[in-house]
Amino acid sequence: MGSEFVALSLPPLLIGTLAAMACALPGNFLLLRRQALIGDAISHVVLPGIVVAFLVTGTIATLPMLAGAACAALLAVAMIEAIRRLGRIEAGAAMGVTFTTLFAAGVLLLERSDTSSVHLDVEHALYGNLESLIWLDATGWASLTDPAALAALPPELIRIAAVFAVVAIAIAAFWRPLKLATFDEGFAQSLGLPTAAIGLGIVTLAALAAVAAFDAVGSIIVIAMFICPPAGARLMTNRLERQIAWSLLFAALSAIAGYVIAGYGPIWAGFSASVSAAGMIATISGLILAWAALAAPHRRA
Amino acid sequence: MLLDALTLQLGYNAVLVTLGATALGVAAGTVGAFLYLRKRALVSDAISHATLPGLALAFLVAVALGGDGRALPLLMAGSALSAWAGLWCVGKLTRATRLSEDAAIGAVLSVFFGFGIVLLTVIQSLSAGRQAGLESFLLGATAGMLRADALVIAVGGALVLLAALALRRPFLMTAFDEGYARVQGIDTARLDLVLMTLVMAVTVVGLKIVGLILIVALLIIPAVAARFWSNHAPRVVLLSGLAGGLSGYLGAALSATAPDLPTGPIIVLIAFGLFALSLLAAPGRGVLAAALRHRRLQHRVHLRQGLLALAHGQPVYEALTRRMLRGAGLMRADGVPTDKGRAEAARVLLDESRWQALRRAEGLASLAARDDGLTRIDTILTPDQLADLDARMSLQEVR
Amino acid sequence: MSLELATRDGARIAEDLGRSPLALRGLTVSYGGEAAVFSTDMTVAPGAMTAIIGPNGAGKSTLLKAALGIVPSLAGQVTFWGQPLQTARARIAYVPQRASVDWDFPTQVLDVVIMGLYRELGIFRRLRARHIARAMDCLDRVGMRDFAERQIGQLSGGQQQRVFLARALAQEADLYLLDEPFAGVDAATEAAIIAVLKDLRDAGRTVVAVHHDLSTVETYFDRVFLLNRRPVAEGTVAAAFTQDTLQAAYGGRLNEGALVGTA
Repeated sequence: MGSEFVALSLPPLLIGTLAAMACALPGNFLLLRRQALIGDAISHVVLPGIVVAFLVTGTIATLPMLAGAACAALLAVAMIEAIRRLGRIEAGAAMGVTFTTLFAAGVLLLERSDTSSVHLDVEHALYGNLESLIWLDATGWASLTDPAALAALPPELIRIAAVFAVVAIAIAAFWRPLKLATFDEGFAQSLGLPTAAIGLGIVTLAALAAVAAFDAVGSIIVIAMFICPPAGARLMTNRLERQIAWSLLFAALSAIAGYVIAGYGPIWAGFSASVSAAGMIATISGLILAWAALAAPHRRA
Repeated sequence: MLLDALTLQLGYNAVLVTLGATALGVAAGTVGAFLYLRKRALVSDAISHATLPGLALAFLVAVALGGDGRALPLLMAGSALSAWAGLWCVGKLTRATRLSEDAAIGAVLSVFFGFGIVLLTVIQSLSAGRQAGLESFLLGATAGMLRADALVIAVGGALVLLAALALRRPFLMTAFDEGYARVQGIDTARLDLVLMTLVMAVTVVGLKIVGLILIVALLIIPAVAARFWSNHAPRVVLLSGLAGGLSGYLGAALSATAPDLPTGPIIVLIAFGLFALSLLAAPGRGVLAAALRHRRLQHRVHLRQGLLALAHGQPVYEALTRRMLRGAGLMRADGVPTDKGRAEAARVLLDESRWQALRRAEGLASLAARDDGLTRIDTILTPDQLADLDARMSLQEVR
Repeated sequence: MSLELATRDGARIAEDLGRSPLALRGLTVSYGGEAAVFSTDMTVAPGAMTAIIGPNGAGKSTLLKAALGIVPSLAGQVTFWGQPLQTARARIAYVPQRASVDWDFPTQVLDVVIMGLYRELGIFRRLRARHIARAMDCLDRVGMRDFAERQIGQLSGGQQQRVFLARALAQEADLYLLDEPFAGVDAATEAAIIAVLKDLRDAGRTVVAVHHDLSTVETYFDRVFLLNRRPVAEGTVAAAFTQDTLQAAYGGRLNEGALVGTA
């Protein structure tokens, strides 16, 4: 039992949890800046990003793909800003124009190019394949201390862990200016803080988390984790520090419960196959938010 | 080939798709315009993603009852129901908690979509190898469209359009001023619900052609594009409907010319083309026009300020002002005004003094509101008024 | 005004610039191809309380924001004690309009006041007991010490405004720029705020406030600056706040109830 768990379930569990937490962290700031749907836009444009990267490099190597996705995310943010400012269009509509267009372009490119030989399709982009990220070399708990086995950990796990660390450290390091610029932009500007750069920094962190998470678990989790855990956490407390802690807890809870229920739920119910872990994680995060909306101590203003 | 497609001579299926897409585009553009003017464009994103669980449940129910899970009307009914549920959740989250609407939209769209994916994987495992084909509703698939499907889409689109047009007055009144509309006896909450229902109907109708992810584009992009061309709300609605219809028609025709041009994305990209054109070139709100206006204002401001500085004998500090004064032959390189510059400076100073005097002139002061700093006063006042003003000025100086 | 007279004016003004905590020359700000503030000169007198007044849409808030570089200006120069903004920043405290922030933000009153210490704390320096003591002291000065642990969303409008003022006090600046500090606050708060501002003035600091209640200008302020997209008048309350200048700034709107018996 132990060996099977460590090899088959531990890596996806860790990856899902880290991905959820990496998205929830910047999600808190997006929520407070009324930019929650930027996360939605970013996760939609990851698809065109990887398609273009594939067309340019001709391979499905991970790094070019991630770079392409990150570029697409930043392009989308720039496009939203440009449409909003130049056309004096409200942010929501500017986002709607941008992400649908880029997504459509991605789908078109995908159809036009011969990607049938490689594993690149819309469904995979949407809900990833968390269940397949297994650790073949693991023989049991002892493998966690075995350097040879550790070297064969799924690369997605290493990447998402690194990105989670980067996002967490960046937010902790720039905590004061982040909080200040998010609360009172005009005052922050009067202090000489580069508020535009701070805004871009948050979006970049969000894009980084989205791309790394997308690589492992698909874009549904990404949208859900940007919004649901921070939204639920906001209803639990009136302090930003605690809100962030709650959001990490909710994200981890969604990931673990979602993975377990998707994997074992159907078996307990008497079916043979399992269901999409990514979809189930998003569903659980929604249930947690629903609970918070009904019962959390600070649910009302 | 493209001409054939545009003139509907490319085979039965292509004609069906083109007519359906055009009807859908007009309906989506029109309803989307009302939604955009109400500043709730992205609610459509939540509604469209929320259709997925209903779609899957409808399929499951139909199969469990022994029917064909793929019947379009049934799937449309199911998706409408779950879109309703999603909409209800958005409203509930916004009203009952401190969360803002954008957070509620994001939460609902991701959770409903995630749950829909769970159901899709259930269907996949149940049908074990037999493709249910529900995935095609994510991005639309027009290849196997039946005549009945096209009929459902066309009739649905027409009904939505008629309903939207019938309610255009209360819609616009509510979008413009909710409070006033309520005083006029309009139940704005119910009206919003009707609008959302129409959005939902468009979404459901569009599932087959553009799919649930891209229908949002048809609801938002034509409206945003149309807004550039007019400040008159009814005209925005009309233009938006036209832009939507044009996108649907051109997109469907274009995609019929080659096998690897999926209908949905092409329609969206054509709509975006219309939007980009509007953003750049529309008179008034367009980027080019605005840049031109800004530049013209900047020129006039710098020229006038430079001339005033010359008139006051102050040095001109700003580099742009200096360049412009010299370019216009009003100032020499060493900062000394030319004769022409002197004359102009005196004229501007007189204009300035007259404006100042106008603010204090009894009976004329209300005209001072037309002072934008750039209008010459002799274009506002009659010669008689001007003489009167000058008389008062000389009187004040004597005092 | 003759050319010669104007030249003499120019020389005197140039001399004032270096001493003035805030001087604008030809400041022009445009919104969408229209001038919101046009070619405005202003020379704030040091150690005085100045009110910026004018009708709605006259560009009062825009003027402050442009001076602080929060909105871009189309033309003109801004100096603080003769220096550009970058060098003078540490000596300036800005109190934005209360409505400009989201009061539902998850934070406490004390946290907001500590934001005023940002220039001292920077990104990395540790928050120490003396910083907290100073922030509490500032809360004390606006009568909000007991509210330090309150969530900001639970405050009344007047209390929110006092917290904003406390944050500005924490900056220990020489120039205080306030945007509508009395908008939508209760009478007690208004009195408390004006007392604090007068203390600042008496300690040699300079106070500039965007103000809209003409009936209190004479009792609250030393100087006025009248603006209606363009500068209309500037000077001591006695000299510049007259029926004449008000007529010029407000035009026909003066009689529509903006003013309660003055001058």
